Amino acid sequence: MTDTVTTDDTEIESVESFRQRARTWIRANLGPATGRGFGGMSDEEELAEMDRQRKLQRQLFDAGFAGICVPKEYGGQGLTPAHNDAFNAEISGFDYPSMLQVPNMTPCMAVILEFGSHEQKMKHVPPILKGEHYWIQYLSEPSSGSDAAGAQTMATRDGDEWLLNGSKIWSSGAWRADYGLTLARTNADVPKHRGLGVFLVPAHAPGIEMHRIEMLSGGNEFCQEFFTDVRIPESERLGDVDDGWTIGIRWLYFERSFALSPYLIRPSGGGEAFATPDGALVRLARKAGRLDDPVARDMIGEVRADSLVAGFAQRRIGQGMRTGYLTDQGAALSRLLSGVNATRSSTVAFDIAGPSAVAWEDDDGDIGGRGIGFLSRQAAQIGGGTTEMARNVISERVLGMPRERDNSRDLPFREVPKGPSNR
Amino acid sequence: MCQMLNVEDGVELELTSDQEFFAETTRKFLEDKTPVSELRAKRNDPAGFEPAYWTQGAELGWTSLLVSEEDGGGSISGRPLADLMLVAFEFGNHAAPGPLVPASIVAGALSRAGSAEQKAGPLAEILSGEAVGSWAFGEPRPHDGFGEVTVTAEVDGDSVRLNGAKAPVESAAQAKYILVTARTGEGLTQVLVPTDAAGVTVTPMKSVDLTRHFAKVSLDNVALPVSAVVGEVGGAAGDVDWQTQVAILLELNEMVGAMDRAFKMTHEWSFDRYSFGRPLASYQELKHRFADMKLWLEASHAITDGAAKAVEDGDPEAWDLLSAAKAYVGHYGPELMHDCVQMHGGIGVTFEHDMHLYLRRVVLGSRLYGSVGDHRERLTASLEKKEEAA
Repeated sequence: MTDTVTTDDTEIESVESFRQRARTWIRANLGPATGRGFGGMSDEEELAEMDRQRKLQRQLFDAGFAGICVPKEYGGQGLTPAHNDAFNAEISGFDYPSMLQVPNMTPCMAVILEFGSHEQKMKHVPPILKGEHYWIQYLSEPSSGSDAAGAQTMATRDGDEWLLNGSKIWSSGAWRADYGLTLARTNADVPKHRGLGVFLVPAHAPGIEMHRIEMLSGGNEFCQEFFTDVRIPESERLGDVDDGWTIGIRWLYFERSFALSPYLIRPSGGGEAFATPDGALVRLARKAGRLDDPVARDMIGEVRADSLVAGFAQRRIGQGMRTGYLTDQGAALSRLLSGVNATRSSTVAFDIAGPSAVAWEDDDGDIGGRGIGFLSRQAAQIGGGTTEMARNVISERVLGMPRERDNSRDLPFREVPKGPSNR
Repeated sequence: MCQMLNVEDGVELELTSDQEFFAETTRKFLEDKTPVSELRAKRNDPAGFEPAYWTQGAELGWTSLLVSEEDGGGSISGRPLADLMLVAFEFGNHAAPGPLVPASIVAGALSRAGSAEQKAGPLAEILSGEAVGSWAFGEPRPHDGFGEVTVTAEVDGDSVRLNGAKAPVESAAQAKYILVTARTGEGLTQVLVPTDAAGVTVTPMKSVDLTRHFAKVSLDNVALPVSAVVGEVGGAAGDVDWQTQVAILLELNEMVGAMDRAFKMTHEWSFDRYSFGRPLASYQELKHRFADMKLWLEASHAITDGAAKAVEDGDPEAWDLLSAAKAYVGHYGPELMHDCVQMHGGIGVTFEHDMHLYLRRVVLGSRLYGSVGDHRERLTASLEKKEEAA
């Protein structure tokens, strides 16, 4: 028998009872955390791992642990963020479908849940929770990164369908995705924020040509897509016609505040202390023979402090937005924090590794190749919205400071000045 | 029952209505008794506060929060540390004078480990504010490493003998009792020393803070009856650990309170001050620095609250969180304050402007009870230990 508590006239399982149930199930059914990311995998290996994780997601679904905060009618558990927090504490140290979290559960599923019609949610949410559909974002464009509302991909109405033409970029993992949440321009004769639409697009729909982008680190997770007359039915468009930016604002909010999302599995317990970058730094310093170096020890302590602080700061930011202490745009604080912490820990790892970071032998293992990570250090302050944008948002939308001049705001989109690089 | 604070207040996002009332009472009292004009007037005052101010504060409950009800104390919410942190935040927020840190610790220590005699006498006097109690923990060079204790306490029959020196000891020149942390062989011993005992010399020191003053306390063959020992001879390590945790939390909250005030003043200034026909708040370079400061401030609040909760709950991770907080706030606190000074321009470095009152409080706190480097080292050592155990 399970304990229940009553909220809003609905009986739901108490957090403690849920925690016990989750603990029992996790221990009986899940292996230890693999710590595996997709770095260094061949495409075949990555697809195989993706497939394994889809099955893991299905296992969660069948056991009643998928979509803890998603309404029951869409395949979720209809519980609260506190239940999700409890689950995140319990799953700490265990295997979970880490590759299916961001951007799949949020921003993509979060946007569909907030703006989808009942039919759209019935169609798209359960397959996500079962691990059958993996979603990515068709958001950034070659001509607009930070200025997401400046999208130039055109969506032209054709009877009951829309024809999409243009290009999307930085869609991480698009090559192995099933669907892309797509922002496109539905009307270029009105100001940019008033002529957008959000479409639910099969990632490999006819008319989409996809390229992999080779990054300076050698990775090729990011993709660029060219859309030529991609046909999407009107039933696969979210919200009101031309009102896509209402959705876009929330989409960016979900992107910035992913660390606070109740839709994610993010192990949070002390059990995974050594999966954290700072735990890894101790091992790195030992291997590099620098664990007794006071400078190295100071830097490790600094990164450790930053990461402990970040946990509490993220919670405070989330709580602040719920209570009205911060505006919703406080999510930008969350984004800024994760960006600056990531670049700092990358720098510290590089410093501690010593000369092996830039020239290494195969058997240098962990120490070798830290330079490659350091070369792409800034990715953490670019992807998911630059930290400059986050600082603009914090100063303007949290601290109420004057907005930057915007030469595009009131002009019909067609007439907005464009430079040689974004024509 | 919880009620939300309005957005002007930054200490804890959720307080009980009793806590909110308590914080509000202290806030109003400090606004009334220690306006900045009063702080400036106390500039050359050796004590930095009036005895009457301290006894009135004690009546508001400042000294009694860490003391059990049986011993004449009591908390507001049943979470004494959380309540005390509200007072410390307001102290920082008003750069308030008075021996809040040492008096809280000595009162708490006597309630935890004191004898009936110590509770009936010294504790009652400290509780009422009639006497000041201070804690002598840190030592002068070359023993000024965090946590280093070389003062000796030797027990010989019915008496205990103290030798060595302690500094900085807060409000030692005003204190009637000083709780001295000393070494007996391998263990720690704490002795409550009346400042008029033979062999005690108190030498005032200069301090960066305008009103929080310190002194060096020399103990030259100070002989006291063994009944002056607080707790077990050689067995005080646990008490000292708790006292250090409380001291760090008090300093952290004073720092965050001062940072909060400085940030608000500077935010306001950025709208009021025009250059080249536009407010400072319209310059992107400055806006971005405000964004960073806002992040540092919220993160400092968050880890300070988190560490206090962990100590109060007896969480095994409490020391890691305390060290993380002291390392983080100790670094970003002064950074934020100096950025606030910079945004003010020349006036920010004058005595006339109020900024330095809060800057002093933050800088003081950043060095007391372990520097940024000390606490980073502790974090690394703790990680090392965890990794070895794993």
